[in-house]
Amino acid sequence: MALQLRKKTHESVIYIDRDSAPRIMPSGEDFILEDLPIGTRVLYPNPPIKGLPNREAAIRYALNHPHGCDPLFAQLEPGMRVTIAVDDISLPLPPMATPDIRQTILEIVCDMLAGHGVDDVHIIIANSLHRKMTEWEMKRMAGPRIFDEYYPDRYYNHDAEWKDGLIKIGETKHKEPLTINRRAAESDLLIYVNLNFVPMDGGHKSVAVGLCDYESLRAHHDPQTIRESDSYMDPARSELNHKVCRLGKIVDEHLNVFHIETAINNRMYGSDMDFLIKNEDDFTAFDRMKFEAMRYTMSKLPRPARRKLLHSRPAQYELIACHAGKTDPVHEKIIAKGFEQYAVPVRGQADILITGIPDISPYNVYSILNPLLVQVMALGYHFNFYRNKPLLKKGGVMIVHHPCYDDFDHQFHPSYIEFFNRLLPETRDAFVLREKYEQEFANNPSYVEMYRRGNAYHGAHPFFMWYWGENGRQHVGKVIAAGAENAHVPGILGWERADNLTEAIAMARSYMGNSAEITMLHQPMIGVADME
Amino acid sequence: MAGAAFYDLEGTLVSTNLVHTLGFYAKRQTTLLQSFTKSATTFLSLPVFAVTDQYSRKVFNDLYFKRYKGQSEDRLRYFAQDLFDDVIKPAVFPGTYELIEKSRSLGLRQVVITGALDLSVKPLMEHLGITEFVTNRLEFVNGVATGRLLPPVMAAATKASWIRTYSEREGISLSDSYAYTDSMSDLPMLSVVGHPAAANPDMRLRQTALHHDWPILDLK
Repeated sequence: MALQLRKKTHESVIYIDRDSAPRIMPSGEDFILEDLPIGTRVLYPNPPIKGLPNREAAIRYALNHPHGCDPLFAQLEPGMRVTIAVDDISLPLPPMATPDIRQTILEIVCDMLAGHGVDDVHIIIANSLHRKMTEWEMKRMAGPRIFDEYYPDRYYNHDAEWKDGLIKIGETKHKEPLTINRRAAESDLLIYVNLNFVPMDGGHKSVAVGLCDYESLRAHHDPQTIRESDSYMDPARSELNHKVCRLGKIVDEHLNVFHIETAINNRMYGSDMDFLIKNEDDFTAFDRMKFEAMRYTMSKLPRPARRKLLHSRPAQYELIACHAGKTDPVHEKIIAKGFEQYAVPVRGQADILITGIPDISPYNVYSILNPLLVQVMALGYHFNFYRNKPLLKKGGVMIVHHPCYDDFDHQFHPSYIEFFNRLLPETRDAFVLREKYEQEFANNPSYVEMYRRGNAYHGAHPFFMWYWGENGRQHVGKVIAAGAENAHVPGILGWERADNLTEAIAMARSYMGNSAEITMLHQPMIGVADME
Repeated sequence: MAGAAFYDLEGTLVSTNLVHTLGFYAKRQTTLLQSFTKSATTFLSLPVFAVTDQYSRKVFNDLYFKRYKGQSEDRLRYFAQDLFDDVIKPAVFPGTYELIEKSRSLGLRQVVITGALDLSVKPLMEHLGITEFVTNRLEFVNGVATGRLLPPVMAAATKASWIRTYSEREGISLSDSYAYTDSMSDLPMLSVVGHPAAANPDMRLRQTALHHDWPILDLK
């Protein structure tokens, strides 16, 4: 296909030619400028869908015009017991500018509850086995009014290890147990406030995963399920989603759930940094100046300060849809809207897939992207952002650009450290790891205490992070870590290393051939390759 | 082979330390004057205790337990339950119960190794349901404390040594065992088990735990 014709396939698919500008790639806390080989296909996120002009009105409309059930106000009676569960800080990324959409929904819903004489209201963060949110984070997410009124007795994190606070509500015919938060299960009405960021969010996952315990989670967070998910960003072909839907049926049998789901656009940056998601060929002089200024500033700062700076920039996401009612019809509509934003039509798989790994993931909010999280972003998220078939050919080479520093957050990720240093050198086989060590970590009293009383991820969480990369690991022929500042981290992950992208591409071509088709995901990219 | 969970006590599972016990007994002397004198002496000794504890746990023990010289055994034992009810029980960290419950549910033997005195520790162990514990013991002659400890004195490396001997005798796998302490002086105890953890650690132990990638717990 001629280069000029190639350029016209879709506005988010760009081919590099002789005149193309170098591309910006995130690499941890840095942004680097790279000249890509001629013919390289670069996938950009779609332009942000215009946000709804009045989000309060959109939310109120959704509450009053639900799908498959009565409006929220019609379900309320004085004296009833209501629990509001809400998605945690793992999305969106980075945390959005205040007021968070969840704050707006909570304020509207709580006012409505108060107006109908409903006083017994608890707000529970559905963090599942994620770390518990800190007080500051909870205040930022819910806003001062809700926080002051409900925290800490009636606004708190879910605790998946508090036996008295959990109750088993059933088991699927496949012997998958479901134990969830007792307060939620024993309420007359459970209102779930969701924020949909990627296609695997929301739906039955909200209650059945967000409020469950370890034993319930391990029934579907396992390597075989991930292998059978093609991909887990495509709900229709995700075995993980199928299993969660089975559990969702149990939830619907036992609980009265009023689901509020929202979809947001992908406006990750404000005007000061929006050049990071623009086509570099369209940069204005001002864009170049902003990039150089940012790069110069960042180069003068130590890594922790760069990280702090990036994490302190709130995202400018806008609400593009809000639906409420029964879980299935609501989720169907939100997913459809989400794909309008995410889907980038792509024809033809790549032999070599290049992706920079930015310093943001659902699991390192205000923290370090440790080696295991680099792995989950590469072989988990970035690999799985496809529909129909993988963007990368079977046996192809994935080039990730990241320093791969050996750095962990002791407060948030204590069990990751032991997993990485003790287990991975012994085996990278996800099935062996699950059988031999997962329960040891899950029940380690130190990790349990750090999860319950601190802000640590659950002891079993690093295992799930490893499983998350399982279908990617089975599919790719080789992973090359470009720009890795050491050899041992890529080595432990089973990857090769290269000093820079040029060297990595040369290595990949020596494996895949000089005529290999190269595709680059222009990160940060909230998008799904919709493969023809 | 079974594992065990070894706990230091003061600062780790409870917020009190040895000086709280000494202060409690100082206030309960036979006469008002004696109570005042003992309390004042204890209070004035605090800086000395603090400095010597930083320098050497052995020197600290030598100085500290001398304060019990002349105390009657009956009296110390008589007030032990009051000491537990009034001082120690309210000082048990909330996370202590959870940690022990979780640890016990895994089939780990629960063992407390402390430099505190047996008479003050026993009621707490009954409260926590822990039957295996080793403490320091005062030497009594004719029912009166001499101010010395009976060997072995539980501190620093002695705790690690005791754990090794105990594990060998009881068939405990140290690789599968856990240890929890708050103090740098107990570093040897952490070093002999497969799963060490710092609980409410002092600054020096926190730095060491970070350096070794050990879990750091806050049971408070």
